[in-house]
Amino acid sequence: MAAPTPRVRMPATAKAGEVVEVKTLISHEMESGNRKDKDGKVIPRKIINKFTAKFNGKELMTVDWHAAISANPYQSFFVRVPETGTFTFEWLDDDGAVYKAEQKVTVG
Amino acid sequence: MTKVLRGLKKAITRRSVLAGLATAGVAVCAAPLVAVAAPEQVAEEVKKLTGGKAIAEGKIKLDLPSIAENGLVVPLNFDVESPMTEKDYVKTVTFYSEGNPNPLVAAFHFSPLMPKAAGQIRIRLAQTQNIVAIAEMADGKFYTAKREVKVTIGGCGG
Repeated sequence: MAAPTPRVRMPATAKAGEVVEVKTLISHEMESGNRKDKDGKVIPRKIINKFTAKFNGKELMTVDWHAAISANPYQSFFVRVPETGTFTFEWLDDDGAVYKAEQKVTVG
Repeated sequence: MTKVLRGLKKAITRRSVLAGLATAGVAVCAAPLVAVAAPEQVAEEVKKLTGGKAIAEGKIKLDLPSIAENGLVVPLNFDVESPMTEKDYVKTVTFYSEGNPNPLVAAFHFSPLMPKAAGQIRIRLAQTQNIVAIAEMADGKFYTAKREVKVTIGGCGG
């Protein structure tokens, strides 16, 4: 299985103070922990349980995800672009792995 | 927006998506003896969040399809009315499922730096059920909205 790959779609340029939409997607099976294997053993839960959005290192929003989030989780939301800077996004896996993506936005 | 989504989807190989879907489809399935979250369980979780405080209706725009053809990927759109200023903003928006094995779906924690308490997530639903949203404001007030989603092909493939 390929390593979870995050993707972010948001504008690379904006006006100061503009509100823009951010679309995120990450490939991940989101094993819910409700399934059983052919021997009847419960397949342990392994999902991405937290999403974080930051601008220039300052936290904007966090989202807790539970087993009901679909596989290959898509999430969209809105951010304000105060000035030129970098948005960073992080996805935290149950196993402790952190997947990151970032987007520099230029205000001009 | 569809173009953007297509672009995003291409980044994920068909194989990995199918693998994900196949897993996801079965993933929501509860074994026959596993209990499903009931409205009472959701009410308990909500009480944990609100401490039993009164919850008002309004402020929350909660959009879910009334009929979901595919229980594996059901889009949930929300938008909570708020000026989103330092003093007056939406602190959290929490979503609950009354018909999945687990009652919790997702919880958004907003800072006043966020321009809108709005977004979209995609969720798995095991069967026809209600989705409940609770918004918590900075001033301590709570609001709620509820939508029923009929699921034709459940996250359990039938």
